[in-house]
Amino acid sequence: MKELKLMKGNEAFAEGTIRAGADAYFGYPITPQSEVLEYLMAVRPYETTGMVVLQAESEIAAINMVYGGASCGKRVLTSSSSPGISLKQEGISYLAGAELPCIILNVVRGGPGLGTIQPSQSDYFQSVKGGGHGDYKCIVLAPSSVQEMYDFPKLGFELAFKYRNPVLILSDGIIGQMMEKVYLDEPTPRWSEEEVIKNSPWATTGKVVDRERNIITSLILEASIQEKHVIKLYEKYKVIEENEIRYETFQCEDAEYLFVAYGSSARICQKAVQILREKGIKAGLLRPITLLPYPKKAINDLSKQIKSIVVVEMSMGQMVEDVMLAVECKIPVNHYGRTGGVIPSPKEVADFMMQKIKGE
Amino acid sequence: MQISTKDIIKPENLVYTKTKLLTDTPLSYCPGCGHGTANRIVMEVLDEMGVQDKTIGIAPVGCSVLAYNFMNVDMIQAAHGRAPAVATAVKRVFPDKFVFTYQGDGDLAAIGTAETIHACNRGENITIIFVNNGIYGMTGGQMAPTTLPNMKSSTSPYGRDVEIMGHPLRITELVAQLPGTYFVSRQAVHTPAAVRKAKKAVRKAFENQKLNKGLSFVEIVSNCNSGWKMTPNDSNKWMEENMFPAYPLGDIKVPKDENI
Ligand SMILES: Cc1ncc(C[n+]2csc(CCOP(=O)(O)OP(=O)(O)O)c2C)c(N)n1
Repeated sequence: MKELKLMKGNEAFAEGTIRAGADAYFGYPITPQSEVLEYLMAVRPYETTGMVVLQAESEIAAINMVYGGASCGKRVLTSSSSPGISLKQEGISYLAGAELPCIILNVVRGGPGLGTIQPSQSDYFQSVKGGGHGDYKCIVLAPSSVQEMYDFPKLGFELAFKYRNPVLILSDGIIGQMMEKVYLDEPTPRWSEEEVIKNSPWATTGKVVDRERNIITSLILEASIQEKHVIKLYEKYKVIEENEIRYETFQCEDAEYLFVAYGSSARICQKAVQILREKGIKAGLLRPITLLPYPKKAINDLSKQIKSIVVVEMSMGQMVEDVMLAVECKIPVNHYGRTGGVIPSPKEVADFMMQKIKGE
Repeated sequence: MQISTKDIIKPENLVYTKTKLLTDTPLSYCPGCGHGTANRIVMEVLDEMGVQDKTIGIAPVGCSVLAYNFMNVDMIQAAHGRAPAVATAVKRVFPDKFVFTYQGDGDLAAIGTAETIHACNRGENITIIFVNNGIYGMTGGQMAPTTLPNMKSSTSPYGRDVEIMGHPLRITELVAQLPGTYFVSRQAVHTPAAVRKAKKAVRKAFENQKLNKGLSFVEIVSNCNSGWKMTPNDSNKWMEENMFPAYPLGDIKVPKDENI
């Protein structure tokens, strides 16, 4: 039987990590995601499941703790918000280079700089176009409900270990702070040391006589070998793209006009679709759940029945570039964005699409 | 009759063998540098304690970035300065393993100062081996936080002017002040006597870890003949005359229960 609870997004995420069998969480306070660490410290999973919870001295230390825990084949994670995620980028690049599984949650706030503590989606480029240095990609998941905040730690660990790759959960201040009902499932137990060794034979668990040393490094000084390593990473990203694209459509069957939006913006667009449908406009919504790999083909396929697209983001226009690429510029792609922590209303989003339809 | 090396290398003639916890990979350190000896004593201690299968080492960024090629244990290569944070997590997810970092002075006392101090202050039950050669060896001899006043480096070509460039950081004395450190010692590896003492300190550091005593920190003051632009012999002499007065050798913090 599933347990039903009313929870904040950040709390649901924290509970989700415990129930996903996480071995360790390392974090540093920053609004609007401090509830993750606060919840874990209040619940004290180290006394029940044995999950380590530690407040690090900085986001840099926290991500390097993740690097250490992940090197040992453990299910480890961190969370932060935009300025803190910027600090973690060096570590994320190392994690990707050394092919280490982990989860990093970003509850995005407005920027640049110290910006605002209000919600935003302006870290899309940072998340899907690199972030840190070098040729690498993270798997990026975008929750749009408190339920998904709870579900994605489990999904994230599955993907992270399947592909030995960091998974970024790109949330925002609305999803992190709002309360919704959540179905909690049965906890997944933490792996025993034997299971860790079996699941991650590459991990640093102590060199025993019957195996070679395990070394975790992202350093490959010889150019030709470094090139081979990067090509191997990109072959992996191709497999991820073939197998792991996730998205959701809403009223798309007969749609003539399409919203593309993720996270909170998708929730707002869902309401805008209803407003437009009441006025007789056949609007629909496509919500990417994986931002990387991106549902290019799904958008391209839909574009054949669609007259024009509105991309709604709480940013000056970042994901809109990927939508344009997906439709190969065959139909008009417009962008509606509010930024700096301002949240668009369903009505203004619907009005914007209406204007575009009328050719204003 | 001609004697060949084969005739000499016989069990009865052997007075020393390389520990099996060092691989056969030739060391990448410059001839004359203390890093090689420091690598060796750490591995000898772990060998003597019989804990190869329980050890996880963290290599820094610096001349010892490739320590994982020489140290025959599971190893993690950390980002510049972050080894104590990496080690913190390793020890916390594997409390029964022996976890150590091996770091240079730029790594530990400049870019990684925060990670060093906080791992020490939390009293993480790990061992930190800190090789202080007063310079950035790997990148070609730039000024380090430990570079002595008036000492020349490629980024202090007229000598370290403390008015402009600040004073040498004695981070070992600093971490000794923290309640989380259990054992803090400063050693050298330039003479057989020094090596024996250093090895004893390293041994104590790992024994402490076995007893869950908290953080043990062993500094090894080393020469950097290439970076200092001296012959190995001259560099050792210069180290004794200049480095040792600024960084005096000996135990800095000894557990109270061991003083009795
Ligand atoms: C973030 C980052 N900054 C700078 C460097 C370049 N770098 C490599 S090694 C090093 C200094 C190492 O000096 P030290 O820690 O004293 O060790 P040594 O080489 O002397 O043993 C620097 C600055 C780097 N690799 N990463």
